[in-house]
Amino acid sequence: MNEPFRLSTEDLQHIVMSLQQKGYEVIGPRNSDGVIVYDRIHSTDDLPAGFVDEQAPGMYRLAKNGGTQFFGYTLPPQSWKRFLYLPRRELIAFDKDGKSFGVSHQKDEAKPYAFIGARPCELKAISIQDRVFSSGDYLDDGYLSARRRNFIIAVNCSHAGENCFCTSFGTGPEAESGFDIALTEIVNEEKHFFVAGAGSDSGKSLIEEIGPARAVEGDVDAAHEVIRKTSDAITKSLDIAGLPKLLSDNSDHPHWDDVAKRCLTCGNCTMVCPTCFCSTVEDATDLSGKTAKRTRIWDSCFTMDFARVSGGNFRISAKSRYRQWLTHKLSSWVEQFGVSGCVGCGRCITWCPVGIDLTAEVGAIKGGVAKQENGGS
Amino acid sequence: MIDTNIAVKRTEAPISMLPALATVRRVIWETDDTYTLLIDPPRANGRSFAFSAGQFNMVYAFGTGESAISISSDPSRPNMLAHTIHRVGTVTSALSRLRRGDTIGLRGPFGTAWPIEEAVGKDVCIAAGGIGLAPLRPVIYTLLRRREEFGRIMILYGARSPLDLLYRVELEEWSKAANAEVIITVDRGDSSWKGHIGVVTGLFSYLKMDTPATLAMVCGPEVMMKYTCEELERRGLAAERIYLSMERNMKCGVGLCGHCQFGPKFICKDGPVFSLPQIKHLLDRKEI
Repeated sequence: MNEPFRLSTEDLQHIVMSLQQKGYEVIGPRNSDGVIVYDRIHSTDDLPAGFVDEQAPGMYRLAKNGGTQFFGYTLPPQSWKRFLYLPRRELIAFDKDGKSFGVSHQKDEAKPYAFIGARPCELKAISIQDRVFSSGDYLDDGYLSARRRNFIIAVNCSHAGENCFCTSFGTGPEAESGFDIALTEIVNEEKHFFVAGAGSDSGKSLIEEIGPARAVEGDVDAAHEVIRKTSDAITKSLDIAGLPKLLSDNSDHPHWDDVAKRCLTCGNCTMVCPTCFCSTVEDATDLSGKTAKRTRIWDSCFTMDFARVSGGNFRISAKSRYRQWLTHKLSSWVEQFGVSGCVGCGRCITWCPVGIDLTAEVGAIKGGVAKQENGGS
Repeated sequence: MIDTNIAVKRTEAPISMLPALATVRRVIWETDDTYTLLIDPPRANGRSFAFSAGQFNMVYAFGTGESAISISSDPSRPNMLAHTIHRVGTVTSALSRLRRGDTIGLRGPFGTAWPIEEAVGKDVCIAAGGIGLAPLRPVIYTLLRRREEFGRIMILYGARSPLDLLYRVELEEWSKAANAEVIITVDRGDSSWKGHIGVVTGLFSYLKMDTPATLAMVCGPEVMMKYTCEELERRGLAAERIYLSMERNMKCGVGLCGHCQFGPKFICKDGPVFSLPQIKHLLDRKEI
């Protein structure tokens, strides 16, 4: 981290205010009905001070530990995706005019967003969606317009969740790029502060505007210690060597039947995944039949309609739909976008109602293949 | 912050989901459930609507929605666009109720094209099943218009019944006037049917194909394409010279909605036309 600064909690409040004055809608973590959600915050008072989460396959609990740490939880169910790539976005309005109709493009009028509290794995997820929505001949204009105006304050992780495996992908627990400002939160008996570094010119000028103290060596050491401890606490892992080929070569592996017996095809994993980008469109008219709208909404490859065409359905079985999701995420994504679709955040494990753990499923496929190759049965 | 490469990337790019307006000129019923829309194409900045054989449009019916439909008209006549459409769902039913002068929305043309230039100097085998003849009709128009540039032109076509044959008048014309070999088969004949009965793959035995000199273009139901490709390979046609056009659910047509994935391929932008080696390993797998 170049030129580290030491921000007090008051400095962070000044940053929030300054961003608001600059016209940003400031989005950060809040405790809402026992779950952390990313939502509009007015001040640092809205941050979930003293809340920690406990996560396991199919399990999430938020508890107050009596502390003062703002960012002591690991990850909330929803990622920043819903602010950049809206769950529902009106694309086009059509107005009937006799035998013809007019077409108008619905422009996004949303304020620019400033995110406070983006985790390193989430920064990576955003950079993956940047590629998805900009690498082809056609771009997602709404997404890119939101991203171009987007300001991000990352917070390095101080608590590893049971389902975290970012270290397998090298996407955490420390933010390396993709932020304007990165913070490491330090809380001990006598003090509560942040070690901060800028990742962009606008991040740098915002820090300069606040004018915080330079971090001393002990502060920087403390920040490194927080990150090292978090990294050491991550127990889950995914062996990503040869993973794309392993999955594309094993579409007939019997383990897919085993997953299919457990998978409810509810699509939770795709909703909480910070990189999943599939969408569908909804066309509707008003009651007069004179005005029609075309709305894009998030879709999931687990729905029964996803691969349906007039003549039939290409993915009827739960097995094929789970396989599509996992193989896309970890294998074909690499061929499509030059990067894996997984960042190791573990949301799909936490929010799977039956606790399916993709690292275990991949392990079972890999183990089965290794057995066969060794002549076992 | 956003990567500057992405931030500055083509801020002027077309708005991918915005349709252009086009006017229906005529609706021709080809069979009981299949019709052709003849359309005055949209004009963008005064330029005509250019497309390549094999490409498709997203066709929008007011208030009902869009459907991905291949273009079935002659690419050398861009002022008269045709879409041959099987009436099966809500959008294709709404489109079937259109009349002369009605407006539709069009986005496109999208996707890859049939390899017509690669076929120059070769014999060309076109194998179509059912509505699969529609995306191949632009190829047939092109081959016949540039007849002397190609060797034999073989058109194999299968439909469910004689009443389900598309473009019946043109099929006659092609076989008579233009020195093309047209062989037709149906799954079930009727009392008037004197032609072949059975699947398209059964027709290859009537042709003495010089397979090293041939390029094949195949479109039809997936099972028909799978067996046709196998038969062509068995007869000695190299996989690299077999092309096929795939179908999947599509919502955006431009590689952003994820619906049309076929393994790592997006049918909308990597296809719909593929050479067999690009997708052969996927064709055998169920529910990919």
